[in-house]
Amino acid sequence: MKQDRTIEAILGDRKTLDAAFDPEKIIQDFPILERRIGSKRLVYLDNAATTQKPQSVIKALENYYRKTNANVHRGLHTLAEEATAVFEESRKKIADFIGGVKTEEIIYTGNATEAINLVAHSWGRRNIKKGDRIVLTEMEHHANLVPWIVLARETGAELKYIPIDDEGLLDLADLDKIISPNTKIVAVTQMSNVLGTINPVDEITRIAHDKGSLVLVDGAQSAPHLPVNVKMLDADFFVFSAHKMLGPTGIGVLFGKESILNDMEPFLYGGEMINEVRYDYADWASLPWKFEAGTPNIAGAIGFSPALDYLNEIGMDKVRQHEMELTSYALNKLSELDHIKIFGPGNIEYRGGAISFIDDSIHPHDLATFLDSHGIAIRAGHHCAQPLMKRLGVVATARASLYIYNTRTDIDSLIDALIAARKYFTHEQ
Amino acid sequence: MPSSLPGSISLMNSNLDDLYRDIVMDHYKSPRGRNDIQNADIVNEGKNPVCGDEIEVSMKVDGGRVDDISVQCMGCAISVASGSMLAETIKGKSVDEVKKIARAVKAILKGEKPPDDIELGDLEALEGVKKFPVRIKCALLSWSTLIDGLEAWENRQPVEVTTTE
Repeated sequence: MKQDRTIEAILGDRKTLDAAFDPEKIIQDFPILERRIGSKRLVYLDNAATTQKPQSVIKALENYYRKTNANVHRGLHTLAEEATAVFEESRKKIADFIGGVKTEEIIYTGNATEAINLVAHSWGRRNIKKGDRIVLTEMEHHANLVPWIVLARETGAELKYIPIDDEGLLDLADLDKIISPNTKIVAVTQMSNVLGTINPVDEITRIAHDKGSLVLVDGAQSAPHLPVNVKMLDADFFVFSAHKMLGPTGIGVLFGKESILNDMEPFLYGGEMINEVRYDYADWASLPWKFEAGTPNIAGAIGFSPALDYLNEIGMDKVRQHEMELTSYALNKLSELDHIKIFGPGNIEYRGGAISFIDDSIHPHDLATFLDSHGIAIRAGHHCAQPLMKRLGVVATARASLYIYNTRTDIDSLIDALIAARKYFTHEQ
Repeated sequence: MPSSLPGSISLMNSNLDDLYRDIVMDHYKSPRGRNDIQNADIVNEGKNPVCGDEIEVSMKVDGGRVDDISVQCMGCAISVASGSMLAETIKGKSVDEVKKIARAVKAILKGEKPPDDIELGDLEALEGVKKFPVRIKCALLSWSTLIDGLEAWENRQPVEVTTTE
């Protein structure tokens, strides 16, 4: 099988990987993984929803509130200077993490959703008009769907979707037609939160740019799991969220190319984002602060920094290798269960560790409740992708999603519990 | 049939068995009221889009009494079982009794005491759902769909799709 060859190729120097990457050691850094759910060990497989936080992130949040809590950018006292310095250092770390972009190009937002709304609002309302086309894919999360649906409704622009094939890969056969000369923006996820599919964003970007369209890449699922270089992708906008990559909730990132951000109007108006204000006049601060009205999530930004340190220390290539290995293990184990149907690509080269599946006779919500009684946390539902559910012909799926602290033991626990669920809910013994 | 393990290791499992009680599982595995009704007086649809649960309640009403009822439900164990119990309980009851029973079911799902003069029978098994707040809407869907349908019919108004989300 192609899949097995890939694994072999990746794990050719298996010993090196094991030596550098030790989930058992990683688990020690996450206090919550000591928790028990009832009498059971917590098996956390809901990482596409949010990840757990290492001690270093928890400590950074505590340190900030204990030692340096102050508002940023406007204080002339020690605490304010310290808080501002760490807040801006985090920005630099984020800029480096996604390929060494300028700090002016890194806008703090509340989450990836807000980042997309910022673009749809500030860029969209100025640049999209009736008759223009907005291109999305059939696998987008509501966050990368609803802002564009509303923009299209308000402007009279047309929405067009890149379809998926039965395996859950984008069907790029008609891409050249779908991205038409009147296309103004292509908004595409780099990794599906439902199917795990990794999309060829570089190829899509190349074609879009040839047609004069911009590209927004939703990196909420990819940035935590893949090495990402937005310069190599040539993305015009790239959005992601800290809490899905070991960081705190409430802090997200919009990367935008400097020239494009400079041409955009602010999203929110108020303090921090201004240059000069008179009773009848206001103009804007320079990038990135033009887009950061009001007191930001200072603790969140500061807490994001040790999360990135943690991932950098492991190395994103190692993160990806670990997840490929574990995803392959999980897919093989799941496919041995006749009653389980898996969605998304079988070839792990084209997919990440978000694994959606259904049992042919147990509703995903019953499955999730049952697994919880075994200490296993998964997600069940439409995963904020209702149109995709319809496309897949299901009302909901169960989803197990992996991260750096997951092991084969976790997958084995999942499989055992799925077999037990079968006995519990059906007549089978 | 579900069974809990003895001793302290079954803490979570006994909780689970409280939700999926034997009576609930019996209704889930062999739902009642799946018969088709010709020329129904009332047909109402219910949907919980977030769960994906879908239900259709049809009734024949004669002389203020539910002569026949059919409940077609696609959903989780709780919504299917609740719909099945509904079909079994309210067939032959007067419209007023049906409303009383629906109120009593809502009460036990909220953790309140149902009125003493109501015979709940199997429906008492739904009491375990109250400890699982996100699942209450699953148990409620069939009952709200039923009541919306009845009230629209009484008021001679068109009925909208019911949801309990």
